[in-house]
Amino acid sequence: MPPKIKHLLGIQDLSVEQIRLILETAESFREISTRPIKKVPTLRGKTIINLFFEASTRTRTSFEIAAKRLSADAINISASTSSVVKGETLHDTAQNLQAMAPDVIVIRHSCSGTPHQLARICSAAVVNAGDGAHEHPTQALLDGFTILDHKETLQGLKVAIVGDIAHSRVARSDCLLLGKMGAHVTVCGPPTLIPPHFDKTLRLVGQTNASVAQQSLRVTYDMNEALEDADVVMMLRIQLERQSEAFFPSIREYFRLYGLSAERMKAAKPDAIIMHPGPINRGVEIASDVADGPYSVILDQVTSGVAVRMAVLFLLTGGKDESD
Amino acid sequence: MTATEMERALNRLAHEIVERHRGTKNLALIGIRRRGVPLAERLAKTILDFEKVRIPVGYLDINLYRDDLSTVSMQPVIQSTEIHFPIANISIVLVDDVLYTGRTVRAAMDALLDYGRPKTIQLCVLIDRGHRELPIEANYIGKFVQTTDNEIIEVKLTEIDQQEGVMLVEKLE
Repeated sequence: MPPKIKHLLGIQDLSVEQIRLILETAESFREISTRPIKKVPTLRGKTIINLFFEASTRTRTSFEIAAKRLSADAINISASTSSVVKGETLHDTAQNLQAMAPDVIVIRHSCSGTPHQLARICSAAVVNAGDGAHEHPTQALLDGFTILDHKETLQGLKVAIVGDIAHSRVARSDCLLLGKMGAHVTVCGPPTLIPPHFDKTLRLVGQTNASVAQQSLRVTYDMNEALEDADVVMMLRIQLERQSEAFFPSIREYFRLYGLSAERMKAAKPDAIIMHPGPINRGVEIASDVADGPYSVILDQVTSGVAVRMAVLFLLTGGKDESD
Repeated sequence: MTATEMERALNRLAHEIVERHRGTKNLALIGIRRRGVPLAERLAKTILDFEKVRIPVGYLDINLYRDDLSTVSMQPVIQSTEIHFPIANISIVLVDDVLYTGRTVRAAMDALLDYGRPKTIQLCVLIDRGHRELPIEANYIGKFVQTTDNEIIEVKLTEIDQQEGVMLVEKLE
């Protein structure tokens, strides 16, 4: 049994064994969502606070459903309806929440490192539901879980991640997770949307963990090269709200060079699957017929999300830490 | 208890279950993970041999329903529950290796009721070692063993442990 996970702040801190344990636990939780009565009493009496400083439908709903199916009490706070608008700092908000003794705080914030700060203030377990352009660990876990539904193993799998890498916390968490699990990742996008030395810095981050050191991560600006023989094609959302900053000349040009069309998919393996963390922009990074096509597992990802988040909440709250 | 004694006990239990139900109609076995699972499979096979009817067998993981989740030192590994038949209005026999405090059976009944409302739930165990903490009794018992609190009953099954037998061992302090 790997050491107990205290907080889930990023894939960076997880060992291969811990990732396996989360994915195996999620596998057992999957069945609960197919029952006529979708509820088990496991986390009865536990309080889970969803603290969302950024817009979200999927992640917040997914965490809330996961908590409720385990019988925990879930409370949602979004920045627009909280005391943040009255000028309260994050530190004070955190201390006030802590005073009400929650067991888990799930946080999304536009600033990288916010969950880490929260973990230092609060004694509750902290789950990072996306911090700035840093990490989004549960998304990476559910991506791994979804891939394993369709492929035997992550080891040696060829994965292409295409789109806005620079602003994507999903890309970072996915690269770390897939790298740790032995997949070969190729990231692809326009040079303006891939940070310089992306592969080297991410490898450096991984160096604290020996298993990541040998991870294979490649960068290319040519989509055909990225898709060649790929088992998994992961498309990322082009953040249209940033289009004013002129990262690329036009949406039409972007789609022509980096959009996923049925024609483009022919370069990938015949049984390749298509993923997207959502929300999708049809006709920008992915053609409608591809998004709704037979190889698309985009909605399976959403279903997996509930099982994975149930596993995370369960593993964070149950059992005592041996070192306590 | 040797392998032969275990086989004899399981044969008797299979016959008792069928006799008490007057046949195999609307009867299903559900093994409690882990060692209840192979035991339930064996009972079903024995029943198939003498009644020529294959009765449904399900597997139940009770860890999500335990009452000590926040106090146990190590988190239990959750395994899947597999019940691929409707349980409403049928007679369920829960199967486990050892009946001790009764808390596992309490959790199993709660877990089962989340799947529907069976007509009856009965309990079949290979070993009853006493020391109940809840008002729960087994309907079918392979063997009653008088034990003290610092003893452990170890049931070994070929399917899981690559050996067969039941042993009474002293707990190591």
